[in-house]
Amino acid sequence: MTAGAEAVQRVAERVSSARAVGILGIGLGALAFWLALPPETVRTTPVPVAIGILAIGAGIWSFSRGERKVGGGAVVSGLIGIGGAFLVMRATPSNLGDVFVWSTLAAATLRFATPLTFAAIGGMFSERSGVVNIGLEGMMLMGAFFGVYGADKAGSWVAGVAIGMAAGGLLALVHAFFAIHLRADQIVSGTAVNFLALGITGYVYNDVYGNEGTPNDLPAVPDVNIGWLDKIPPHGLGQFLAEAFGSLNLMVWLALLLLPVAYVVMFKTTVGLRIRSVGEHPRAAETVGISVYRIRYASVTLSGVLAAMGGVFLSLGFVNSFTENMTAGRGFIALAALIFGSWRPFGAFAACVLFGFSSALAQRLPDLSTSQSAAWPVLFQTLPYILTLIAVAGVIGRSIPPAAVGRPYKKQ
Amino acid sequence: MSEKATPPPPASSPETIPSVAARLAFYQRAGGIITPLLTAVVAFFIGGLVILVTTHKNPLSTYRAIFDGTGLNWFFHVGSDSIGIPFTDSRLWFPWDTGSVAANNLQQTLIIVTPLILTGLAVAFAFRCGLFNIGGNGQFTVGAVVGVQFGIWFAGMPRPLHIVLVMAAATVAGALWAGIAGLLKATVGAHEVITTIMLNWIALWIGSYLVGFGGPMQDPRQISAPVTRPIAESSHLPIFWGNPLLQGLHIGILIAFGALVVYWIVLNRTTLGYQVRAVGFNAEAARYGGISVPRNYFLAMAISGAFAGLAGSIDILGWEYNLDLTEVQSVQIGFIGIAVALLGRNSAIGIFFSSLLFGALLTGTSTRNLDPSIFQPELASNLTRIIQGLVVLFVGADLLILYLWQVRGKLPFRRRGER
Repeated sequence: MTAGAEAVQRVAERVSSARAVGILGIGLGALAFWLALPPETVRTTPVPVAIGILAIGAGIWSFSRGERKVGGGAVVSGLIGIGGAFLVMRATPSNLGDVFVWSTLAAATLRFATPLTFAAIGGMFSERSGVVNIGLEGMMLMGAFFGVYGADKAGSWVAGVAIGMAAGGLLALVHAFFAIHLRADQIVSGTAVNFLALGITGYVYNDVYGNEGTPNDLPAVPDVNIGWLDKIPPHGLGQFLAEAFGSLNLMVWLALLLLPVAYVVMFKTTVGLRIRSVGEHPRAAETVGISVYRIRYASVTLSGVLAAMGGVFLSLGFVNSFTENMTAGRGFIALAALIFGSWRPFGAFAACVLFGFSSALAQRLPDLSTSQSAAWPVLFQTLPYILTLIAVAGVIGRSIPPAAVGRPYKKQ
Repeated sequence: MSEKATPPPPASSPETIPSVAARLAFYQRAGGIITPLLTAVVAFFIGGLVILVTTHKNPLSTYRAIFDGTGLNWFFHVGSDSIGIPFTDSRLWFPWDTGSVAANNLQQTLIIVTPLILTGLAVAFAFRCGLFNIGGNGQFTVGAVVGVQFGIWFAGMPRPLHIVLVMAAATVAGALWAGIAGLLKATVGAHEVITTIMLNWIALWIGSYLVGFGGPMQDPRQISAPVTRPIAESSHLPIFWGNPLLQGLHIGILIAFGALVVYWIVLNRTTLGYQVRAVGFNAEAARYGGISVPRNYFLAMAISGAFAGLAGSIDILGWEYNLDLTEVQSVQIGFIGIAVALLGRNSAIGIFFSSLLFGALLTGTSTRNLDPSIFQPELASNLTRIIQGLVVLFVGADLLILYLWQVRGKLPFRRRGER
């Protein structure tokens, strides 16, 4: 073995030990928060603070050894752990018990992560092919409304899902035409598409449903009941699994199914290779006979269809109604999740779960306050957005986008 | 000599992508006033089709009804009236009736135009630096919240002093809020579109917390309403046209006009403006020329936010006088500012006219001014959004305009060949 190879090995060892410490730090940060929660419910401040500081220390050490992503993550995790523990300690243990039912929280996390996952995977196709898709938000909104509209008019949720997806795809086609053929600035065109979606859905919603809102008897996307989960031994685990995964919506499972499919398509098939090559170096791709325009059109349209599925889930699978602008920035959060996850399906899904968890927490935390008039739990609503800010700020390591993303391509 | 106008800028290599600012500079050379007009006309035409298809109503009469609600028809009612000269008893001949319904509507339009100009400038200034500021809503909210708080504090101060203080505070707050996005862009390269959107939502929820039930800024005398206390009398903006009790026109519009002038001067006559534009044209070349790109990113965002924050305080001081929860949660003005800036081609004069257009649309489609029997106001306000989206869509389309430009070049009345 040469000296050079030895040196490489040493560096690899050092990096991996720094990585391990960083991961430990992330775990410690989570522990700091977890200790303050049921069933442990530690009520003494120094304990989580000490553990949190340990996590931050581990993070800094790991960061300085070159593990920027994990180290930064550990620092953030430690800070959140301390902050979360502080906030939680202000609530009474019985209230805490109501909020932190882990199985329910897990189910809620998946529910909140699902629309983000659909949109993020959609965004992955578009951006991997070199087209920035700021319009995900609008495409979700189209799906959310036209899913309801279709389900209402056709009387079945299948038609609703199909029509919602078609509407999202159609809007994506507009974005594709302006971004690809007319070589418009993709950010401007995406923003325009968002406005259009807001206007179109608001217009048709008011025209069709007016002040009454969407009907109450909408055919919803069914839940999948898995009875046998309850029987898995030991009893505690079985009960947890049943409560967390026993009655999830069909579309939640579809989103989970989409992940491996998207991974295989993107990284193991010719189509995926073409998409990626168009996004990395369109000229080279065209030289070997790949139609850049066709691949980009297909990818952007697919991204709209998938994002719309996320929207359909919001309206037909989640709340079973439509309200104006109900996507509330989720398209942008999905975009951030995509960046956070380095334009990879499972990375993006991990980020979606993180955002989903913070949303689930934000939704349940208002119950924490001891008195009805306390206003501070509202502040938890900012959590997903702050996390997104942290994520795109690259505090937790930088992600490298596809080389040609955002660049219009002119056919030769 | 080739008649073909190439897309901007003269690319050194085929892979070089022109920045947004460079594209817009190209529009200004190529289109002048024609392309924005064309964009607006096409957008309204499609909007008319939407009206026709969905409601089977005559688009022209619908637009006419909206137009009548804007108060712009005031200019057509020329008569012989008089206006009082301030501080004297004498009256002066004036061609328009200042007390008519149309005059009243026009005042409402101009009240909306005021923040639109400012949020338009907020988008435009960042644009000139190659940044896309979608955070106008959040910056506006921050300005409004700070404006209310400062308007409640310092009651009894001399009026001009108090007003200036409130506006300064809101301006700084907006600048700081947008500065977060600028800082993130400058230091770690986080894309400003995502960060400003996130800051919008954070501002919305923090504002909801402050103003909402049990929040620190909620009026303790009105437990049942999520609204702040009213600002002190001493911070109200003077009203110079119309009835002060019926929401007359306040001097905010003059401040907005002043901001247009400031915008033009800063951009075209100062070193800062030169640097901002240089970075917007080509950040790499600017850096090579010794201009600090990160510094200009931060400054451009902060100045943008300053405009939007000022807008938030002017709305509070001019006619709202307090802030309630629904207002915090339904701010749209920053988004409309995007359409204003893009349609106005980021020039001061263009922003003036496009803010007038969108302000008129907003007033004309409001529940108060649009007759529901002619067209439902809820539909009309969403129609405004569609038109807004179409405007942004078409403005972004190089080739469409390029194509039209080439057509124009072939016509006999072509005046001078550029390039």
